[in-house]
Amino acid sequence: MAFFGIGVLTWLTFLPILGMLLVLVLPKRSDETIKWTALAVTGLQVVLAIMVYFNFRPDLAGINDAESMQFVERAVWIDIPSTSWVGRIQIEYFLGIDGLSFPMVLLTALISFIAVIASWKIDKALKGYMAMLLLLDTGMMGVFVALDFFLFYVFWEVMLLPMYFLIGIWGGPRREYAAIKFFLYTLLGSVLMLLAMIALYFSVTVLDPSTGDRLHTFNMLAMMDPANFVEGSLLAGAGTAFRQLAYLGLFIGFAIKVPIFPFHTWLPDAHVEAPTAISVILAGVLLKMGTYGILRICYPMFPEIAQAWVVPLAILAFINIVYGALCAMAQQDFKKLIAYSSVSHMGIVLLGMAAMNTQGMMGAVFQMFNHGTITAMLFLIVGVIYDRAHTRDLNAFGGLALTMPKYTGVMTVAFFAALGLPGLSGFISEAFSFLGAFQNEQIRIITIASTLGIVLTAAYMLWTLQRVFLGQKNEKWGAMPDIDGRELAALVPLGIIVLALGLYPSLLLSSMSASMNQLIEIVRAAGPAVAMLP
Amino acid sequence: MNPETLLSLSLATLLLPLASFVILIFFSRRFPRQGDWLGTAIAFTALATALAIAITKLTAFHDEVIQANLPWVDFGNVPGVGPLTIQLGIMVDNLSAIMLVVVMIVSSLVHLFSIGYMQGDVRYGRYFAYLGIFTFSMLGIVLTNNFFMMYVSWELVGLSSYLLIGHWFEKRSASDAAKKAFIVNRVGDVGMFIGILILYATYHTFTFDPIFAAIRAGQIPMGSEAWLTAAGILVFCGAVGKSAQFPLHVWLPDAMEGPTPVSALIHAATMVAAGVYLVTRTFAMLTADALMFIAYIGAATAFIAATIAIAQNDIKKVLAYSTVSQLGYMVMGLGVGAYTAGFFHLSTHAMFKAGLFLGSGSVIHAMHHALHHAHDHHTDPQDIRNMGGLRTKMPVTFWTFLIYTLAISGIPLTSGFLSKDEILAGTLAFGDLTGHAIIPIVAFFVAGLTAFYMFRLVILTFFGKPADEHRLAAIHESPKVMTVPLIVFAALSVFAVWTGSFNPFSAEGWFTEAMPRPETVVPASAAAATNEVWAETSHHVHGPAMVLSLIMASTGIVLAFVVFYWKRINADAVVARLKPLHTFLVNKWYFDELYDATVINGTLAVTRAYRWFDETVVDGIVNGVARWTMGVTLGKNDAWEGGTFGSIAYLLVTGLVSVYAGWVLASSLAPADPTFGQLLWYGLLGLGTAGLSFFMFYVGVGGFDNTIVDGLVNLVATFAGFTGIVTRRIQTGKVQTYLAFVLLGVMVFFLWFN
Repeated sequence: MAFFGIGVLTWLTFLPILGMLLVLVLPKRSDETIKWTALAVTGLQVVLAIMVYFNFRPDLAGINDAESMQFVERAVWIDIPSTSWVGRIQIEYFLGIDGLSFPMVLLTALISFIAVIASWKIDKALKGYMAMLLLLDTGMMGVFVALDFFLFYVFWEVMLLPMYFLIGIWGGPRREYAAIKFFLYTLLGSVLMLLAMIALYFSVTVLDPSTGDRLHTFNMLAMMDPANFVEGSLLAGAGTAFRQLAYLGLFIGFAIKVPIFPFHTWLPDAHVEAPTAISVILAGVLLKMGTYGILRICYPMFPEIAQAWVVPLAILAFINIVYGALCAMAQQDFKKLIAYSSVSHMGIVLLGMAAMNTQGMMGAVFQMFNHGTITAMLFLIVGVIYDRAHTRDLNAFGGLALTMPKYTGVMTVAFFAALGLPGLSGFISEAFSFLGAFQNEQIRIITIASTLGIVLTAAYMLWTLQRVFLGQKNEKWGAMPDIDGRELAALVPLGIIVLALGLYPSLLLSSMSASMNQLIEIVRAAGPAVAMLP
Repeated sequence: MNPETLLSLSLATLLLPLASFVILIFFSRRFPRQGDWLGTAIAFTALATALAIAITKLTAFHDEVIQANLPWVDFGNVPGVGPLTIQLGIMVDNLSAIMLVVVMIVSSLVHLFSIGYMQGDVRYGRYFAYLGIFTFSMLGIVLTNNFFMMYVSWELVGLSSYLLIGHWFEKRSASDAAKKAFIVNRVGDVGMFIGILILYATYHTFTFDPIFAAIRAGQIPMGSEAWLTAAGILVFCGAVGKSAQFPLHVWLPDAMEGPTPVSALIHAATMVAAGVYLVTRTFAMLTADALMFIAYIGAATAFIAATIAIAQNDIKKVLAYSTVSQLGYMVMGLGVGAYTAGFFHLSTHAMFKAGLFLGSGSVIHAMHHALHHAHDHHTDPQDIRNMGGLRTKMPVTFWTFLIYTLAISGIPLTSGFLSKDEILAGTLAFGDLTGHAIIPIVAFFVAGLTAFYMFRLVILTFFGKPADEHRLAAIHESPKVMTVPLIVFAALSVFAVWTGSFNPFSAEGWFTEAMPRPETVVPASAAAATNEVWAETSHHVHGPAMVLSLIMASTGIVLAFVVFYWKRINADAVVARLKPLHTFLVNKWYFDELYDATVINGTLAVTRAYRWFDETVVDGIVNGVARWTMGVTLGKNDAWEGGTFGSIAYLLVTGLVSVYAGWVLASSLAPADPTFGQLLWYGLLGLGTAGLSFFMFYVGVGGFDNTIVDGLVNLVATFAGFTGIVTRRIQTGKVQTYLAFVLLGVMVFFLWFN
């Protein structure tokens, strides 16, 4: 699929940059125009994503097979002729999607669009804000479509800076602290990733068809083929100490982003300080980059180590699920509570990943998508109340169901989706993750222990619901207007998606199964078969 | 009618209440009377289709199981397993056909009754919408042919009960009760979920038939009978939650906070019936051990709840505990192996319990109006001590209520006599077969208790002197829309309806024929009594059981009249004599207090501890690391002032390192055999080194660039404009430094690896 000779993934990725340039040349005072431009650009991105949805072939697996990657665009990007000390460096502009990245592409487009709607009331330096938001959009989309590690890394870093400014300038009272914490933490992660990436680069060679030489490469698909590792290079072989080390580096780099305990403390701070729309993006898309990275890079490139580390991963998942839920229950700040609930829900993704089988993996990736939509709703809901009351203290409210019935209706859907009510999408992914994890004998006990999270989530969600919405009418907020059209416009599409995927998850699951089976195949082929029942 | 039509019709029956919910939740305000007629009409339509299905099923397809599946999720070609899908489907067998009718009778009559009872409610339209989704969820449980949809509907029932119990959410107690119901049920649901996980991990399907077939073929989870027992017990955990079995029964009495017709719906046909239905569904795969467990849980529930019911004064609370007790009966019945009897009692109990609740609703309604008339807002309209003598003022309510009470007490000519007697016979047979005599003893004792507390309720409410003559004068019989359902339920509590014969002492009839005890699929070594053995044993004990049960019931009734009507025994004096026991029963065995003190407060304490841990320790380390780095590179330090865990840990570690460094230095320099002076001298040297080292750590060794950080903070505070901030930030070097670091990193790594 291409428009004006340029592939659809390039359009998806760089459309926001075009929008950003457009926003930057607009006169400073034209706030309305800036907003509508940003909305149009992200809207167009959603349209493109929908077109991708309808043209996506669910039977093609991708993952380590370039032939079955879809919407591929490939060109040489940087080509430095042979230098005396590192040899020839060739970096490709290599984009493509498969069943793993496809849901993330849809999610990114959707959440960016919703974020622009949610940003409508920003009045401080709107131009800069929208420019940063659009740049962020490009960074996120790029991460999900890049198949060249260097390109992946560039997008990863591109995403970092606008996020820093968006929290640090447009955030709450402690924005400076939250922004620098986010920045340094992510930077630490990307340094570790960089280290592993360069180690991989020097260990892998591919045949250059034009010259017949073997050439180092950043091509991710090449890194997944053990045959491409140079004999005697740093990361050659299987299960070596260096491979463990590289896996660990990558894992920590991604774990910070997820965030996995104990690297999670930047998240509550960043969420509490960030403006609503930025929280939506942060929880909706950014967290998924961590788990996506593990699935895209750690698993297929180091399958034998991924297998060996299943139990520690499951233990981390358990900690995230239960510890996150318990921490959430203790919060007074509505937004902080939702932030900790993200920690808990991302734990379910990890549990599904640790399952090392199709149900678990599909549950994990589906949970990434569903958590994106559901948590986006939750943060929007907090935003609605904060805009009106200028407080997020959970004990300051009560009885909002009487004064704000529409708001309460939307909230009910989001809350029950978050606590995994069947009929809504969160349940399916949660159930599949558990279903998969339970089948893996190594982590069966941990899975059973993790089900505790199901009860705890219900408890803190319903307790929050009761404190804010039920009870006697609180006269202090008696005059608070119900949710308005713009806020509904951000929430209702997400609600519809949550419901539709809850009733018929195959809308998205069907396009994932081939890729997930392929990924499992790679991992299983690498070492002793993962314990699975007949 | 052919099987396909039957299936389409049952699908329609399933979806009709859902349609009612969707229409009313969005548009009820646009309809006249907020759409109550629409919801009710839909419910009665569904009743009609349910009847058509049941009659067709029981006549034309008596011994067939009709089901259809639909692929829902496709996992593709799963490595190591092969192609795998999840199928959803519905099934019409005798069990689901009968249950369908039971649910729809209660649901439709509750709809009708609510038109009168809920008149003028603040959220009248929404109430009818919620009734719709409650009915839908329950029908989902009834019609499904797989564990997945069972679990889905199971949770949806939880949601519906949450919405309806919390209907008057302005009241703190109502929203508490709703929350409690959902969370307590979730605890049971998690057990059920794990049970389903075991089954799925073994069979890779959720559908009942293939799972049962596989068990029959000898394929059991993890190759061990213990796992099969565990799967059965875990699935039963769901029933413990929904059917309010000990120890998860605590939500049900609180659920009385919902409107009374909702209580009728919850207690008779939906929700609590779901658990018993689940046990009936999975009966064939339960091992002897699992059944034993179930029997004991049921017996404990029946006993505990019956004792509590004696001491309650709230009309709805008494009925609530009687429900818990009767549910215990049903579960015990299934547990001992009396499959037909357990489900029979579920069906008959649904009718008279719905009647009892609607009858109590009628009383409360009348009391409420009388109190309102007298401008009395302090008297509790639900307390039976405030009633008395209502018999003459509310004849229809009284006579129907009496019929239900006779039925629940197990008096001949009622349906309750037949089903209860079957269960009691089952417990005797169980005692015979296994030697567990405690089960039949508890069962018969509870039969007497039930008759006693139910007649206590009737006497205090309808007989005797009124608590207040003026109030009695203002009491009126409820409107037709409320009394007609009462009459219908009373008619359905007559024995002949359930047997189709005129022998009031025999349960044999269309019902028992439709619900024969299924052959177990469990390996013989783990199975309970076979059908032949069971039939033989229960046949022998049937006569004694009937005589015994009649003796127990009549004793209970006579005792109730002696104490509360003729007042030959002074109830207050008895209470005074047994004060501690009475307090114990009034306080419901202190279950709520126990759970509050342990589970709830324990969890809350853990959450607070974890919050502290997260903010102080985990984040303290993060901030501590940042602070040392700043201290070391920028020469700034406020570690002591911060006093956080991280900074203290830092100082401890650096202190130890410094001491170690001093010791290494001193010991390496000192001669092997030092004099005292040398020892002193080198000791001082070591200490000095350690101190210096610690001081260096503490104050930091750098002073690399103080101005960068300060300058940044000031700049941000000063300039709000975006461009200004960004360009200045870049000028101050943070971003430049960052980019430079990344570039440097790339180069260093390149060189290193190369």
